[in-house]
This record gives sequence, structure tokens and C-alpha cells, in this order.
Amino acid sequence: MSTLTRKQAAAPSAAERRLSPPRKKPRPTMGGFAASGFLWIYAAISISPLLLMVSNSLRTTQEMASDPLGLPSALNFASYQKAWVTASFETYFINSIVVTVGSVLLSTVVSLLAAYAFSRTKSKIFGVLEAVFLSGLMLPVYLAILPLFFLLDGLGMISNLWSLVLVYGALGIPFSTFVLTSFFRQLPLELDEAARLDGAGAFATFWRVHLPLVKPAIATVVVFRFVPVWNDFFYPLILIRDQSAYTLPVGITRFFGEYQTDWATLFAGLTLATIPLVLIFLVATKQIVSGLTAGMSK
Amino acid sequence: MKTMSVITPRRRRNIGIALTKKTGLVFVLPALVLFAVFIFYPLMTALSYSFYNWTGIVRGEFASFGNYVTLFTQLPYKTQIPNAFVHNVMLFAGAMLFQNTIGLGLATLLHRLKRFKRFFQTMFTLPYLVSPLVVGYLWSLMLSPLFGPVNFVLKSVGLDALAQPWLGNPSTAIWVVVFVTAWQWVGFPVLLYGAALGGIPEEINEAASLDGASPWQRFRDVTFPMLIPAIGTVSVLTFIGAMEAFPIPYALGGSMGSPAGATDVLSLLFYRTAFESGSSNAIGTSSAIATLLFLFIFGVSIFITWFMRRAERRLY
Repeated sequence: MSTLTRKQAAAPSAAERRLSPPRKKPRPTMGGFAASGFLWIYAAISISPLLLMVSNSLRTTQEMASDPLGLPSALNFASYQKAWVTASFETYFINSIVVTVGSVLLSTVVSLLAAYAFSRTKSKIFGVLEAVFLSGLMLPVYLAILPLFFLLDGLGMISNLWSLVLVYGALGIPFSTFVLTSFFRQLPLELDEAARLDGAGAFATFWRVHLPLVKPAIATVVVFRFVPVWNDFFYPLILIRDQSAYTLPVGITRFFGEYQTDWATLFAGLTLATIPLVLIFLVATKQIVSGLTAGMSK
Repeated sequence: MKTMSVITPRRRRNIGIALTKKTGLVFVLPALVLFAVFIFYPLMTALSYSFYNWTGIVRGEFASFGNYVTLFTQLPYKTQIPNAFVHNVMLFAGAMLFQNTIGLGLATLLHRLKRFKRFFQTMFTLPYLVSPLVVGYLWSLMLSPLFGPVNFVLKSVGLDALAQPWLGNPSTAIWVVVFVTAWQWVGFPVLLYGAALGGIPEEINEAASLDGASPWQRFRDVTFPMLIPAIGTVSVLTFIGAMEAFPIPYALGGSMGSPAGATDVLSLLFYRTAFESGSSNAIGTSSAIATLLFLFIFGVSIFITWFMRRAERRLY
């Protein structure tokens, strides 16, 4: 991520770009055709399995057996109903929403507070804490699952969705404080001084003056944490033992065991688990792509 | 963005006086508690677990390095660890090869593109956002010997000889895992390399081209060296991802790494040892695996970072 931030700063602004002489329009060449051919072919390789997943979820298993690549003859949502009701996807889906929203909210709030302190203090202890939090970006923390399991077991929280909210909340701190701290550091200190002169305390300054200014960074953090939490399979596999508290990924493993030959329902289940991600990608393409690729789009 | 970068350098030295130490600590406290309880404490404890003998969940006497010795001298560990390790290395090598050829090629072409850029970006990135478990199960259906679309396509274009039970055959199963992992992951390097390419000033390439450099020379001597920081970042993340691989192998081969351990990886081995082995010293042995894997991932990540920094310095 640090490379990205640097690149973002180094990217020429729109005004600068406008000043550079217009480039000549390239003539179509063999190389140009090969290049766009390559892009289209890889786009097909990249997207066709996902399209096939959606298309097959609207067909029956018999249709798939006779023609694996055929298009749906009519929009048939029966498999979705079966996955949603009979195969308990409704429960898994709601659990996943609760866990994802809860933990992203938790990690964003605590990280906002910590990041504000990191950007507004000078004492050495904050430098150390910041470095400790950052180290969490590189460490394979999932390997500490056994003590975590015993800790939560001791608290009576196994198979409790709160355990996942707390664990993911903690896991979100390294990335969230990293992004938010660098954003807070860009806000001038005059803001604090002015607020202080108006009689605002430390928290009021944070809440009323700084928070509205870091909204874009909050959006980035929320979107970037939503995806890995929604997709995670490892923690619920171990911390959730009761089927009524399964999140989607664990639910899917069980579902694949039970519905092995019912392909239509399997495809519908996979599609259901993917829809929220595609939605968030379409709504927040800006946060996802431009956050990663600032300076690339021309 | 622009105004801020103008302000920051002048104000930087003043920052740090707005909060007293005490108030600052109050702000950090919630995050610190959460991090300490759910990340720091389990990590430290996991390390200590590996130095004891366990009977079920009861900690026995201090075992020194006994659990580590077990890993390298006793069955099944002494055969399963090298087997799984080789598969993790294959995942890393496969992803590196894929992203630095096809991925870098796609990013370079995309960089020059004017129309459809956003469209292609979306197409290449979507698999990266989908859950790796869903991706694994989706490919297991695609490659099914029964009526999987992949074999269907091979047969319909006359390549019947290639159609086979991809995941049932031990010699092809691991390559499926390698391919699916690389296929899902490549959107991320494409985006990152794209961002890095966007950061290279156009003037440098123009100057080189005026000096008579061919497109290949320009790529090799101008563009590529400037991409090294991005390649370094992507390499470290690819390494971590490959060593931590879990959901895709789980979806394609189950927790046993079927068929016959052909898709086994270290995280699966750790999971199996800790939760499915039924061995009475499961906690001691699995904690030793976790500790070794932890040190290996952390150590090599630091080494790659150091190596890439050195390569960068040499080039400039």
C-alpha cells in the first residue's frame, strides 16, 4: 500500500496533463490487433466461469447434463428458492451480513480513534504502538487460532457470532489504522488550533472537525475490509460449531456435501454468496479501482 | 490532494502537539485492547504451546524442542510436511510466473488503452474479489468428469485425449490448484502494475525513443526498472498468499488434500493436525507446525523486501 500512496502523490494532475502536447493518433497495426485480441481473450478467460455460474444457476440439472454450455431457456429461479430456503442460505446470508457489518463498524471506529491519536501526538510510545499495529499487516496471524479458540471457549463464545465480530474487528485494525493515519496526517494543525480556541475539547475536535474531512478514507477502509471479512472461511470453520450460526463460506462447504449432484442448486448457492461482492464492486468501483490505481486512468 | 501536499512538508514538524499523551492514550485504548486480546496474546501463547507436551487440552511437562523433532522424524509428519511444502512453493512459483508474464502484459496493454479501459479492469479484477472458496468450488464443478464444461469443450473441439478427471488424477490435481489460484489472483497485480506504470513520467519514454531506443529496449531499460518497487510489493504479497493458501485447496481437494495428498498444503496440514487428527498431542504438534510456518513466512517476507530494495538501489 505504501507504494500506492507514493504513486498517488507522484501522478501528474489533470491540469499538468492537459498542458502536454496531444499525442498522435496511432494507426491500426498488426501489433494493435494482437494486443486487443489478447485483452479480449483474457477477459473471456477471466469472466466466463463467473458468467457460466450465473447462467447455469437459472437452468435445471437435466439441461446442464445434456448441454453444459447452453443458455437458460427461461428465467428459472427455482434453484435460488431451494438454496435460500431448503439449504438454509437465508440463515447463512443473514449471519454473514451481521458479522461483516458488525466487524467492519467495530474496526473502523476503533481505528479512527487510534489513527487520530497517532497523527496528533509526538510521544515515543505512539510510534511504537503504530509499528506494532502495522506489523499485523505482514504476520500470518491465523496461525494463532488454537489459543484464540481456547480464549473464546473460556468466555463461552464458541458458535457465537460476536466472537467473529470481535476477531475480525481486531484483524481490521492494522490496515484501517494504516490508511486512516496517513490521511489524518494530511490535515493541517490549524484546524485543531482553531477548534481549541472555540472551546472544543479533544473529542469534540475529532468528532466535529476531523471526522467529516476523512470521509473518503473511511469509505476506502470500509470497502476494503468488507471483502475479506465477507469471504473469510478459516475463522468460522473453527470458531463456529453450530449450524445455525454458520456464515456463508462454512455453510457452502456443508451444502456442497449435501447437494453434490444437484448442480443447479449448487450454482445458485455460489451465485448468492457472490452477489453482494459484485454489488459492492459496482457501487464502490471508485473506492476499489481508483484507490488502487490512482494515476493509471487517463 | 494538491493543496495538501503543499501544506504537509511545512507543517509536518508541528504535528504532534494537538493531543496530550494522556488524551492520546485514551483514544488508542479501544484499538489497543482489541489488538492485544485477539491478536497479540494468541500469537505469543501459540508460540509457547509448541514447547509443551499435551494430553488433549491439558498441558503437560515442558518438552523443549521435542515437538519439532517429532515433525521431522515421525510419520506421517516427516513425509507430509515436505509434500505440502513443495505444493506451497509450486503455488508461489505458478502465481509469480502467471502475473509477471500474462499479468504484466495485460497491465502494459491496458496502460496504453484509451477506450474500454475501465471495462477490462473490471473483467480482470472480478475473480479477485470473489470468495476463494466459491472460486474453488466453481472450478471443481467446471472440471467435473461427469458433465463439466471444460471437458465438454475439449471434446467438442476434437481434443478428446485431453479430457480427463482433472481433480481425480494425482498428477494433474495440483496443477489445477496452481492454475485456479493464479487465475483468481492475477487481477490484483494487473491493477498494481497499472498504477505503477501510470506513475512513470511520459517524458522519460519519449526521451528514450528520441534517442533511438526500440520498444523492447524502452521496456527493458526504462519501464521495467521503474516497475521494480511494484514487483517487489506484489512478490511479497504473493509469497504470503501462497504460503497461507487454504480455501482453494480445501474446496478442490478437501481437508485431506485428495487425491492421496496431491493437493495438500501446509495450512491444511496444520488444520488437520490441530482439529482432525485425534492425536493426543495434537496441540503440541500443530503448534510446532504453526510456529515454523510463521517464522518461515515472516522471515522470507523480510528477505524479499530487503532483496528488492537492494535491486532497486543498484539500478538507480
